[in-house]
Amino acid sequence: MLEIKNLHASVEDKKILNGISLKVNAGEVHAIMGPNGSGKSTLASVLAGKEDFEVEEGEALYNGQDLLDMSPEDRAREGIFLAFQYPVEIPGVSNTNFLKTAINEIRKYKGEEPLDAVAFLKKMKEKMKLVNIDQSLMSRSLNEGFSGGEKKRNEIFHMAMLEPKLAILDETDSGLDIDALRIVANGVNALKSPDNATIVVTHYQRLLDYIVPDFVHVLYKGRIVKSGTKELALELEDKGYDWIKKEVEEGVI
Amino acid sequence: MQQVIQANLKDNDNIEPVFSHFETQLNGERSSAWHQKRKAALEELKSLTYPTTKNEEWKYTNIAKVLANDYAFNAPSDLTKEEISKFSLSELEAHKLVFVNGIFREEFSDYSSEKGLHILSLKAAYQAHADLIEAHFSEIASTKEEPFTALSTAFAFNGVFILAEKSAVASKPIFILNITDTSDYPVIAQPRNLVIARENSEVTVIEDFVSVGGKPAFLNYVSEFKVEQSAKVDHYKLQNKGDNNFYIGTTQVHQSDKSNYNNTVATLGGGLIRNNLNILLDGEYCEAFMNGLYMLKDKDHVDNHTMVDHLKPNSYSNEMYKGIMDGHSTGVFNGKIYVRQYAQKTNAFQENKNILLSENATVDTKPQLEIWADDVKCSHGATTGALDEEPLFYLRSRGIGEDKARALLMNAFAEDVISRIKSETFKSHIETLISNRLENR
Ligand SMILES: Nc1ncnc2c1ncn2[C@@H]1O[C@H](COP(=O)(O)OP(=O)(O)OP(=O)(O)O)[C@@H](O)[C@H]1O
Ligand SMILES: [Mg+2]
Repeated sequence: MLEIKNLHASVEDKKILNGISLKVNAGEVHAIMGPNGSGKSTLASVLAGKEDFEVEEGEALYNGQDLLDMSPEDRAREGIFLAFQYPVEIPGVSNTNFLKTAINEIRKYKGEEPLDAVAFLKKMKEKMKLVNIDQSLMSRSLNEGFSGGEKKRNEIFHMAMLEPKLAILDETDSGLDIDALRIVANGVNALKSPDNATIVVTHYQRLLDYIVPDFVHVLYKGRIVKSGTKELALELEDKGYDWIKKEVEEGVI
Repeated sequence: MQQVIQANLKDNDNIEPVFSHFETQLNGERSSAWHQKRKAALEELKSLTYPTTKNEEWKYTNIAKVLANDYAFNAPSDLTKEEISKFSLSELEAHKLVFVNGIFREEFSDYSSEKGLHILSLKAAYQAHADLIEAHFSEIASTKEEPFTALSTAFAFNGVFILAEKSAVASKPIFILNITDTSDYPVIAQPRNLVIARENSEVTVIEDFVSVGGKPAFLNYVSEFKVEQSAKVDHYKLQNKGDNNFYIGTTQVHQSDKSNYNNTVATLGGGLIRNNLNILLDGEYCEAFMNGLYMLKDKDHVDNHTMVDHLKPNSYSNEMYKGIMDGHSTGVFNGKIYVRQYAQKTNAFQENKNILLSENATVDTKPQLEIWADDVKCSHGATTGALDEEPLFYLRSRGIGEDKARALLMNAFAEDVISRIKSETFKSHIETLISNRLENR
């Protein structure tokens, strides 16, 4: 589904990604871990199409198409979804109005009729239940004044509404209480199918108890320096990153 | 057929014959006290010259092109009732008064007085309420050092007079439609309004400005508002004009204790627009709201000059002006807040935010706070810049196309001002104009 080959990216002449290669197949869950500032959010942003970053080398193929050549909106319309680490507040655009616009823009792209008010509302109700999100957040301005946890939950709610093929969750677990974590994880699991894939960026093994990954990758200084199965996450939880950093410094990996 | 009187404003000597001709229509009224005020204003005008950009208050607004034309003071118009009805917002339930080239047109208007609410054309009002006009006309808006107000005062004849008696609550807004028809002549129009809201009364006044024809039009427009104790006045203005349209207007407001005055102006186009909004808070526990949205393109120019003067303690003023500037448009915001020494416990807030959509658009913004009292809460802020990238990316990354995402964000930016309009129908009229503009950018 997604194939990243030797991806290099920088911002304002500062190199951040230093040759990332990653293959994600339909039906898989990949976890990306790594110390602060290692480039996890940058990778997510580059995949979503943020123009601040300049890709200097490498490629990313999404279902065989050149992903890096597509506009952010077309990537979303083709099924890519990024749950932001820091969802932006947008005063004056209501959550509901935003979702209706997004869904209908995606439908238009696919040559489908816009969703009518009744069908939209039905879908809203169903997905609200799935992620247990409060009705009152729907009429409010997008993320404006939402608590940290509400913002994260709202991101998962958007994901549930848009039903992406490839979801990238950037630290969606940070700032969630235990109950919310479970609900969000259940939401993600409920949306899982053999046809779609998920990349979860996280610092905590805890989340991976709920969203069980097929692969775990460690990003450090803009490279994937180690990949493994879910046991790798347990090991990191236990030992931290120092041993990996050391191996990198010593040129072992 | 009446002789069309044309004159160039640049030289005040040109005004004398126009005034003499104007006087011939007044018949017996020429000895009235009202007319003495006109004559005094004419004398004042003759002692003044129109401002240039050397004048600090007109630094960014060059009126040379306004003064460059020979305007007809009594231009005829062939507009029919049917043509005019297109502009009179049929969906809006209101008392409607229509002016064409500054002349009141009873036959196009549809209004009636209500219990305690008198709505008349200014000239008709002088028959019924001469005492009130003599007492208040030109007393709220001074002609001193103000050539445009002096010009308006000298020629005041057409306009709207509104008197809301004590505790009268208007059942619907009063809608004043100003049309300039420049098919045959460049037109000057000078309607003049006087609104008196007595204790506890409530009125909503909506002013709309449109123009047809290709020649220049100049509206010199003065409105005076007397908002007495605990009265509530909502005042909305929509300016959606072509690039050959010039507007210089002063809204002068006098507020007494516990009164509430709420002004929102939406400017969607115009070659040169100068809005002066001056509010005197001459009472305690007053509330004054000044809201403005300007969305300009091409070579449009708008200059919003506001002044709120806190004379007494415990009052509140809140100002929010926002601009979206495209093309080569230019904007000016000047906001004066005076808090006099005696006006303790004043709360005064001001904000001006601008989005520049083009490298060639500019805004000059100048907050001017002069505070002599010490126990006050005042703040002001101004921002000017391109549309924020972060929200734009957020929307696009969820599948919303770039143009649509921009339109959504600008709509939200504008809505922050427009949502302050309480007349739902008028609000949605403006919202439609705004979304159409944004969709077709
Ligand atoms: N727009 C930018 N301008 C300058 N530097 C940037 C920019 N965006 C990211 N960086 C830098 O790139 C590096 C990687 O940042 P990134 O946000 O990808 O890290 P991360 O792995 O997501 O970290 P965290 O775990 O703290 O979320 C950091 O040093 C960051 O400061
Ligand atoms: Mg990050």
